[in-house]
Amino acid sequence: MSTPSRDPEIPAQAGEDGHQNRTARLDAEQHTTSQHHPTAEDFSAVAQTEEFQQLRRRFRGFAFPMAAFFIVWYFTYVLLSTYAEDFMATRLGSSAITIGLVLGVLQFATTFLITWLYVRHANKSLDPIASQLKADLEEAR
Amino acid sequence: MTTSTLTPLAGSQLGNPVINIAIFAAFVVATMFIVVRVSSGRTKKKETSDFYTGGARFDGRQNGLAIAGDYLSAASFLGIVGAVAYYGYDGLLYSIGFLVAWLVALLLVAEPLRNTGRYTMADVLSFRMKQKPVRMAAAISTLLVSFFYLLAQMAGAGGLVALLLGVSDDFMQNVVITLVGVLMIAYVLIGGMKGTTWVQMIKAILLVTGVIVMSIWVMALHGFNLSSLVQGAIDHVNSVQETAGQGESLLEPMGKYGSNKVGFISLSLALVLGAAGLPHVLMRFYTVPTAREARRSVSWAIGLIGTFYLMTMILGFGAAALVGKENIDQMPGKANAAAAALAFELGGTLLLAIIAGVAFATILAVVAGLAITASASFAHDIYNNVMKDGKADPRVEVKVARYTVLVIGALSIIGGVAAKSQNVAFLVSLAFAVAASANLPSILYSLYWKGFKTQGSLWSIYGGLTSAIVLIIFSPAVSGAESSMIPTADFAWFPLDNPALVSVPVGFFLGWLGSVLSDEDNTAVSTEMEVRSLTGADAGGAISH
Repeated sequence: MSTPSRDPEIPAQAGEDGHQNRTARLDAEQHTTSQHHPTAEDFSAVAQTEEFQQLRRRFRGFAFPMAAFFIVWYFTYVLLSTYAEDFMATRLGSSAITIGLVLGVLQFATTFLITWLYVRHANKSLDPIASQLKADLEEAR
Repeated sequence: MTTSTLTPLAGSQLGNPVINIAIFAAFVVATMFIVVRVSSGRTKKKETSDFYTGGARFDGRQNGLAIAGDYLSAASFLGIVGAVAYYGYDGLLYSIGFLVAWLVALLLVAEPLRNTGRYTMADVLSFRMKQKPVRMAAAISTLLVSFFYLLAQMAGAGGLVALLLGVSDDFMQNVVITLVGVLMIAYVLIGGMKGTTWVQMIKAILLVTGVIVMSIWVMALHGFNLSSLVQGAIDHVNSVQETAGQGESLLEPMGKYGSNKVGFISLSLALVLGAAGLPHVLMRFYTVPTAREARRSVSWAIGLIGTFYLMTMILGFGAAALVGKENIDQMPGKANAAAAALAFELGGTLLLAIIAGVAFATILAVVAGLAITASASFAHDIYNNVMKDGKADPRVEVKVARYTVLVIGALSIIGGVAAKSQNVAFLVSLAFAVAASANLPSILYSLYWKGFKTQGSLWSIYGGLTSAIVLIIFSPAVSGAESSMIPTADFAWFPLDNPALVSVPVGFFLGWLGSVLSDEDNTAVSTEMEVRSLTGADAGGAISH
């Protein structure tokens, strides 16, 4: 596992520091395309815009807390199952349904619910900004 | 239906092997016909995008089906039904990790991946790094994970024949493993990703329909009351002399993992973080034209996979209630035979044959997805980008991919034959552990941390990979226990069956450390990657010819 110091055998089309020129590479691969390829400057210009910052905030503001929530909730369930066995095996009334079974089925329910919430959020709050920015970037000039 | 109907099958195989084989053959002929049809259309077979991603022309619903077909293996079908039948609650607990994991893919991985890459995991990992070393690392990890997974599937195919066709003969098992390998090669060579996707879609429909029908049947026999189904399973255990009084254990956690709680937590971590780092899963996000379709794919997949695991719980309790562990134990395959035994109990020879055919179809669809992923990674990452500086002729690249499929097919047949009598089930959890420790940290850092550098990426991939593999070699999965791969030797010093609890933090830590110690400046390209990942600009959607 050696650290790659500046590799002398960097391909001819690679730019400074060995980072390949993305646009050149895409053109080579995607030889049927006719659309305008945005340049690095275009991308960094868009990154500064208020629209992009808003898109980034809306995406992260939803995805990160939701990811943290489901991981905590899942491991709560796993830890209860591993270390609170008697609690999880408690029957509800006289039925054969236990607290563990209920929480297990709730894991399915929350997974479906989070999926639905995210898709709704993305369709409503992310897609319109994203497609506008995409159109701006791909517009041939 | 009384237990007396089961007497003839105790100690022997189930159903009629000829009908089982006929149904499987019908699946092979039908899928082969479709694969030939879809691949002989107007598309140019020499295009890399056609071979790797079917030209990215699938829609979200089709791709969601294919993801479910790619992900739901025979092990998860037969294994989880068996685990619920034998251990009740623990089987459910185990299956949940496989589902919840998809939220990582949905929330954090699928869409940005679609927006920043084209064919392989390495496309995304190397985006803002030095191309060659990172692509090489990502390709090595892809090839290893895919091969572990493939080997487990192939070895499992041998056991499945013994179970479903009553063939315990060594030679015949080898023939079946070879046949699975040859069919896998044929699907991939003839149909590329397009053909593979169709096989996966058909399999997913058959598998999910099969378990839904059986579950409704089981529930109908218990008045559509889950409580009386579970009580039926408990009563059945209590009604058997040897196990009288042990019925309650079906409700108690940790009957299956009792001695190794920390090991189970480690496995849970591998499952929940591993799914979104499995290269064959990641590759499926490239077969749709846009991030929006990738999102639809994952939401369809979550619906299908979640439904599937809920149904396997019902089938497991159904097998415990209607067939009983004491009868399942008499059959070759033991717990793995629970689903088949239940099918026979419910619908006799014909339903058993259908379920057996579906189980075989399941293996074929999964191995085909693995083979195409591994071949794409070798041809696109190693051959084109590392050896040919990204300037290889696409035709030659596809040719290399095709030859790679042959090599992978041959290796997996040899490996499958050699490993079929070994307990290699741990290879699947190892694949998840490597995916969670070597792949996912780099994917998340690449997408969400601008400070991530080439050195961090390499340390993370190689460090996560090495620690996961070394720890499993010295774990009870390989030696020192009755259920080990080599039960006669004991060189285990690592106590957990699954290394994720250690190797995942190692992967994340090394990724951070390698990055903060590096003076590389990739700020500009990181900004570009972030804009691309969120907007999908310039992502090259479906390619029309």
